[in-house]
Amino acid sequence: MGLMTITSPHAHGPRKTANLMRVVVIATLPGLFALTWFFGWGNLINVIWCSTVALLAESAILLIRKRPVSFYLGDYSALVTGVLLGLALPPLAPWWVSVVAVGFAIIVAKHLYGGMGYNPFNPAMVGFALVLISFPVAMTTSWAAPTHLLDNPMSFLDTLSTIFGFSTQSIDAFTMATPLDVYKHEISHSVAEDVVKNPVFGQFIAHGWEWVNIAFLAGGLFLMKKGVFTWHTPISMLFALALMSLIFGWDADQTTPPLLHLFAGATMLGAFFIATDPVTSAVSPQGKLIYGAGIGILTYVIRTYGSYPDAIAFSVLLMNFAAPLIDVYTQPRTYGYAKAKRGTKEAE
Amino acid sequence: MKQIWDFHGGIHPKENKEQSNQDGISDAGIPPRLILPLQQHIGHRAEPVVSVGDKVLKGQLIAKAVGAISVAVHAPTSGSVTAIEDHPVPHASGMTDLCVLIETDGKDSWCERTPCEDYSTLSKDELLSRIRNAGIAGMGGAGFPTAIKLHPPRQDKVNTLILNGAECEPYITSDDRLMRERASEVILGLEIMAYILQPGECLIGVEDNKPEAIAALREAAKETQVEVVTIPTKYPSGGEKQLIKILTGSEVPHGRIPADIGVMCQNVATAAAVYRAIRFGEPLISRVTTMTGDCIANKGNQNVLIGTPIDWLLEQNGYLNQKGSRLVMGGPMMGFTLHDTKLPVVKTTNCLLAATNKELTPPQPAQACIRCGMCSEVCPAELLPQQLYWFAKGQEFEKAEHHNLFDCIECGACSYVCPSTIPLVQYYRYAKGEIKQIKADQEKSNQARERFEFRQERIEREKAEKEAKRKARAEAAAKAQAAKKEAAAAKGTAASSPTEGSTANDKAAAIQAALQRVEAKKQAQTAPEVTLESLQKKLLSAEDKLSKMENAWKDAVENNPERAEKLATAVESSKTNVAKLNAQISEMNKGTGQAGGSEPQAPVGPSIEELQKNVDKAKSKLQLMLDTLEDAKLNHPDRVEKLERAITKNHTRVSHAETALSEATNAKKTTESTESNG
Ligand code: SF4
Ligand code: SF4
Repeated sequence: MGLMTITSPHAHGPRKTANLMRVVVIATLPGLFALTWFFGWGNLINVIWCSTVALLAESAILLIRKRPVSFYLGDYSALVTGVLLGLALPPLAPWWVSVVAVGFAIIVAKHLYGGMGYNPFNPAMVGFALVLISFPVAMTTSWAAPTHLLDNPMSFLDTLSTIFGFSTQSIDAFTMATPLDVYKHEISHSVAEDVVKNPVFGQFIAHGWEWVNIAFLAGGLFLMKKGVFTWHTPISMLFALALMSLIFGWDADQTTPPLLHLFAGATMLGAFFIATDPVTSAVSPQGKLIYGAGIGILTYVIRTYGSYPDAIAFSVLLMNFAAPLIDVYTQPRTYGYAKAKRGTKEAE
Repeated sequence: MKQIWDFHGGIHPKENKEQSNQDGISDAGIPPRLILPLQQHIGHRAEPVVSVGDKVLKGQLIAKAVGAISVAVHAPTSGSVTAIEDHPVPHASGMTDLCVLIETDGKDSWCERTPCEDYSTLSKDELLSRIRNAGIAGMGGAGFPTAIKLHPPRQDKVNTLILNGAECEPYITSDDRLMRERASEVILGLEIMAYILQPGECLIGVEDNKPEAIAALREAAKETQVEVVTIPTKYPSGGEKQLIKILTGSEVPHGRIPADIGVMCQNVATAAAVYRAIRFGEPLISRVTTMTGDCIANKGNQNVLIGTPIDWLLEQNGYLNQKGSRLVMGGPMMGFTLHDTKLPVVKTTNCLLAATNKELTPPQPAQACIRCGMCSEVCPAELLPQQLYWFAKGQEFEKAEHHNLFDCIECGACSYVCPSTIPLVQYYRYAKGEIKQIKADQEKSNQARERFEFRQERIEREKAEKEAKRKARAEAAAKAQAAKKEAAAAKGTAASSPTEGSTANDKAAAIQAALQRVEAKKQAQTAPEVTLESLQKKLLSAEDKLSKMENAWKDAVENNPERAEKLATAVESSKTNVAKLNAQISEMNKGTGQAGGSEPQAPVGPSIEELQKNVDKAKSKLQLMLDTLEDAKLNHPDRVEKLERAITKNHTRVSHAETALSEATNAKKTTESTESNG
């Protein structure tokens, strides 16, 4: 008769993990476009290079772990890790920095912890943090200056040879500290009015960066509308960051102002594409609110008091650490219960 | 407009109802053979009241309800009983159960019925018993006996009586068609139930994707108190708990039933069946079943006799069997697949879904859970399905329970949305089953332990009682003997010559002295003896522990090196313990020896009386141990070996005691013979 015996449910919705990941990659495109527009070819090359390395590393480790390569590559998670690193790393970061970051992300942060779904830390951010700590010079001096500020911007081939180390030309002429970095250092011996005269801040908030952030914001909102993630984590993170900088940073003559926090650096990329990584975040809506707020607060604290100009990676990693604990204390109330069970003890 | 509430989560799967809800309910006809399972409901299986060969009429009782929770089974048409035997029945596990097989005669002639024009002339109890005897059980899915449900425990007052016409599962349209075509039966059935329960309000909840049904019900309910409530289409709004939330805003508390909050839910088809049972005296012998899915040519709803073989039914409706197709009883969300088609339609069969591979795609290989949280967004029970999945997968059942696994209604919404196509519900079923098994096992072993402890206690008590009795007897005997001896001595002194008297006197004195010594020694020994015994006991158990640990250690060395280290330390400490106890015991023994040695006279062993007592004691202990051994052989094979060792030891003890006794007796005899000789 050939009847199949399968347990219910027999129907399945249209959603597939691979599609979700693909949509995430697509949603980064506006941001990538903005980065390329304002800062040259570096990020585009990085994204392609990092994705390639990510897929190779993933295939290699799947082979070693004796898993069906095409099945697991098909979930696109390695691609997402590669793309996110390509976007986050400085545009002119040397090729080997990318290789170390991506390799570490895929091999150690992801597969040594058991692979997709088992990793407690966001792989891309683990990779990023590693190279940030290991190669501080490369990581701070490789930020491309906005092309509009250069008389003679780098061509695609120049950029390519710079990244892959064939170029003997010094890149100093093409790089510039990031706005967050500049403001933090300048404001200690100057006033806001003078600081923002630095061309890196451009006309609005931070030359180019504001558009990059708006582009990532747009991509993020698109994902939210598509239901890829709920609003809780990103909105809570942005809200917390804004609130912190309003409370502690209201005086632009002392500290970085709120708008710069929100629209410079990796803020929107972090809020919508990194903090929302479901694997490593808290589970329940309430948990996500706490998780996102934690990232926002930590980002402010590290940016302001730490020695690194940007802080998304560290904040996300620290909150990854806290996520399981948050989960324990934010179990939702189940139907038929007066109260939610919280903590590890039986509480009825 | 009645206020309605929303429940958490829910999904909107493709409805697929238009395939089967276009045409009216047709009649499936009489198959040549009917298979009637005696358990189509929750509770006790009905008991057959017909035998093979009997002629039966349509509506005739063929199996009666037994026990409190049970309903009857009736012949759906006239014919004769050909067998009463085990037959496969529709069940998720594919099991077989007792069925009555009827060969139909095609005459369809009714038995005598007891109609009732006006239900209000009947008492509530009479109505309930008619419903029970009409074989009505919930027709929405679970099949809980309707009469029981209509008679809530503790006489809870039902304020809100709800008819469930949500029919939220995709594909199924049997309730939809029933409500459209027999709206008045539904309403009248509801009124009968309301008459029994006297609720404050009567509601019928219908999803807004069934406008015709809603209109028909409203029309039929015009002159009544019944309110037809339109609810938004969202799966699983037809879940009892969800529908209650939608219509009343309150939730059924965990571990309770709806009646506890004054609510009761009944299915619309059940209401119609109740009406027919009371009004016309017709038992539940047929039902409306949806036949749908692309493997069926004539999709639609039919009135099907209970017991109709599914293969016959499918054939009548143009079944196109395809490779890899699925035959589901119920809907695509909560229905179960049938292993073969030779099963009967039962009282809960609301739908037969014969789907092609294209309609219901075969399960995709599961990918890793990416914790996207989509499952928890749609879970109507507000659980964290992804966590439950981790716990079930990791066999962390306690955590799963703590995360309210048992509040999962297995609606399948989580599996439906899971982008990694993880069969989540399957994991929950597995975990629930495991937990239930574990609990049952625990219960069993608890009982066994209690039984064992109770028995042990009884044995101890009996032993103590015996001991006390024996002591009393022995003391009495000793006293009597002493008295006799004293009397004899006194007589001897009085009667004998001076010389003889002196010897006799001497002897009497010697005996007296000996008795005193024994007494003294006894007293001296009582204190240390207690500790000595307890020490020896301790030593025994310590030795036992040591040997056990050594075994465990040896085992661990081979299999579990990590543990071995720990065990080694434990073995060491056990050894020290044993050594310490040994030392203490020898100390103690020395002490007693000294005490004995310090006595003025050379030791005169214990009295015969006492020796006798020792022998008795040892023997009784041996007997007891033999008893225990028998028992152990039956029940605790692991203990047998130990007991056997102990018994050998006791054998030696008994023989020692016996030797001592016979020696003493001999010695006494010698003394006595010397005495008499002298
Ligand atoms: S929907 Fe599936 S992949 Fe997403 S969290 Fe739930 S179980 Fe995991
Ligand atoms: S099957 Fe259980 S866990 Fe899944 S959505 Fe339904 S109630 Fe929630």
